Amino acid sequence: MKDEYDVLVVGAGPGGSIAAKTAAEHGLDVLLIEKRAEIGNPVRCAEGVGKESIKPFIESDPSWISAEVKGARIYSPDGTAIEMSEDIAGPEVGYVLERKIFDRALTLQAARTGAEVMVKTRATGLIIENGFVRGIRGEHFGDDFTVRANIVIGADGVESKVGRWAGINTTLKLSDIETCAEFLMADIDFDQDYCDFYVGNEIAPGGYAWIFPKGKHEANVGVGVLGSRVGSTKAIHFLKKFVDKSCSDGHILEIIVGGVPVSGPLERTITNGLMLVGDAARMTDPITGGGIVNAMITGQIAGEVAAKAISKGDTSTKMLSEYETRWKSAIEDSLDKSLHAKEVLTKMPDGQLDMLAHSIKDVNFGELTATSLLTEITRRNPKMLWELRHLL
Amino acid sequence: MIVINRHKCGHCGACVGVCPENAIDLVDAWVEISDKCIECGICVKVCPVGALEIQHEG
Repeated sequence: MKDEYDVLVVGAGPGGSIAAKTAAEHGLDVLLIEKRAEIGNPVRCAEGVGKESIKPFIESDPSWISAEVKGARIYSPDGTAIEMSEDIAGPEVGYVLERKIFDRALTLQAARTGAEVMVKTRATGLIIENGFVRGIRGEHFGDDFTVRANIVIGADGVESKVGRWAGINTTLKLSDIETCAEFLMADIDFDQDYCDFYVGNEIAPGGYAWIFPKGKHEANVGVGVLGSRVGSTKAIHFLKKFVDKSCSDGHILEIIVGGVPVSGPLERTITNGLMLVGDAARMTDPITGGGIVNAMITGQIAGEVAAKAISKGDTSTKMLSEYETRWKSAIEDSLDKSLHAKEVLTKMPDGQLDMLAHSIKDVNFGELTATSLLTEITRRNPKMLWELRHLL
Repeated sequence: MIVINRHKCGHCGACVGVCPENAIDLVDAWVEISDKCIECGICVKVCPVGALEIQHEG
């Protein structure tokens, strides 16, 4: 570790690794730190992602693809299935990832581009001088250190501290976080070509349960519940109930837990010398909970803006506002639509969810996106769903 | 005070994300709660596995 870098990235998930790689590609001196001993482990994710959407960031490699699916099915409380599928050659075919390997591949990509990577290295505070973030205080293998940087990129996930240290309020309300539990299960009998979603107030209040194929008759079986809808019954209890009903014959190989922000993006994602990306900036989709792609998109933009700011010798909020303009034009529209939909759908009783499902169950969806689903729901239920008018 | 059952904790960081006092830290693979904690119990509610508990003294 040197005493000073152009850019310091906190957190080596997909957002941080892409930010570090992008900044290094522009010739910057970059340090990427990860508090855990191991990149990508433990996983906190259901691992589903669109095939096309990750293409711009890394060359596809079978080592981190557990399974390829041709579609998704959503089951309403009464069991009505909405199928969204494409020809296996279609552009929106999905992958179920092996995050432990995927995350490492992304970090390695950053390292090979020239970023210095350090594991078991955590940030414990920011160096702030004259209103500018100028580096971090940290701890590596039990030893304290300080390191200076012209720009700090906070990619420190749902538990982000970097933003808070800089005075940005990142606190999630209970109605803005999904509390999740998942088993990796083997030897369960299910259709390996689909990612299945189950909605309903009994199964997963304010969230959904899922079965995502992992190949070799294995699957990620999980439940996410809205924080404000949880009482003494925790996500893990909802999961056990779901497993008892759906796949009790399977064997549990791993347990995974996680918190997923569903607040919509932070109002402020920058300050002098600092940008927040991915889950740390609450960029996850409020309906699907998907965060990997938005983390990489915002990481890349942050890396590019960092290069520009440093070349001009100006890391002020004014200069970094280009980051906000660009991420907004890339993903704000879809995040807004999902947020509106979340507000409406998470309050619906089961009967209404069933009515929605009945109204679109025979639709042949052209593309495999939450937006196309929401658009169709709104089109077919103009009166009942006036609340969803923002989605069109 | 808030008590963490380290055997239950899956170190996912959800409790850190919701803490209004910035009193919780996920260090490597364990959770620490500082004396800034006001015992609001929001972290107890969000924990996916029920690893956190408010324990009243006395």
